[in-house]
Amino acid sequence: MDAFEEEHMIKARVTVTLKNGVLDPQGKAIEGALGSLGFDGVGHVRQGKVFDLELQTADKAKAEAELKDMCEKLLANTVIENYTIALA
Amino acid sequence: MKSAVVQLPGLNRDRDMIAALTKIGGKPPVTVWQTETEIPAGVDLIVIPGGFSYGDYLRCGAIAARMPVMQAIKAKADAGVKVLGVCNGFQILLEAGMLPGALMRNASLKFVCREIRLEVANAETAFTSAYAKGQILRCPVAHHDGNYFADADTMAKIEGNGQVVFRYAEGTNPNGSMNDIAGVINEKGNVLGMMPHPENLIESAHGGSDGRGLFASALDVIAA
Repeated sequence: MDAFEEEHMIKARVTVTLKNGVLDPQGKAIEGALGSLGFDGVGHVRQGKVFDLELQTADKAKAEAELKDMCEKLLANTVIENYTIALA
Repeated sequence: MKSAVVQLPGLNRDRDMIAALTKIGGKPPVTVWQTETEIPAGVDLIVIPGGFSYGDYLRCGAIAARMPVMQAIKAKADAGVKVLGVCNGFQILLEAGMLPGALMRNASLKFVCREIRLEVANAETAFTSAYAKGQILRCPVAHHDGNYFADADTMAKIEGNGQVVFRYAEGTNPNGSMNDIAGVINEKGNVLGMMPHPENLIESAHGGSDGRGLFASALDVIAA
C-alpha cells in the first residue's frame, strides 16, 4: 500500500455484544472456568465479537454511516445484539 | 401441490427433505440454488432444510439469509406462498427477518442429537391441520443453537396471536428455549420455522411416522 492509499483509508473496529437480559450460556461457562482457575469475584462475564475493517475512503462521516448500515444488515443481529463503532 | 427445496453450501438435510416431500406429496420437489433470483412459477411450498450453511460463520444462518434466493423467497411469502424452515432453515428465516425472535447457543452448550416430544400448540395452521391441538408427537432434534429467545413484547405478541405452533413437551426441552418454544409461525400464517426434524420420522424405516402430518398438511394431501 502506498502513502496515497493509506491516506485515503479508514480503519475501524466494530464491537458486537449481547443486549442486557439476553442469556449468554457461553459467558456463563467462561465465568465458571475463571472461577475454577482461582479468579475469585468475577461476575457478569459476557462474550462478544470484534470486527476490524478497512474502508477505502477518507470521509469519516461516510465511513461511519456505512459501518452502521453494515451492522444493521449483517454484522449484528439487532434482535439480541448491540454494536459500537470506533474509527482509528 | 408443487414444492421446492432450497440448496445452499453447507445445508446437508436437503436429501432427507426431498425424500419426505416426494414420498408424501407423490412427486419430487424442484431444487433452487442460492444464487437464483426467482422461484419457479407454480410452487406452493418452499422448504429451507437443515444443515450448517456457510459453516455457521458469524451466526447460524446469517450469511445464508443474505443470499439472492432469500429475496425471491420473501417475495413469494409476501404473495402467500407457504415457506417452511427446519433447523438451520429456521435460523435462516429468523436471520432474514421473516420470523420473530432469535436462536441462541443451547443452554447446555452441547450439540443435542436425540428424540424429544413435541406438543402441537396450534393445530389451526396450514402446516398442522393434520394434527390435534395438544397432540404429543415424537420428533428428532439435532442442533447446537436452538435456544429460542424473544424480548418480552415480542413474546407476549406471538403467544397472544397463537404464533407458537410447537413446544417441547414437558421435561423434553433440549436447549433452554423460552416458553419451551420449538416452532413459530409468522403473523400471516404462511411462514413456519421449527428446530425439530419432522422429515426424519415419516415411515416405518425411521421407527415412526409422526412427522408425516406436517407434510401432509403443508402439501394438502391429508388422507380422508
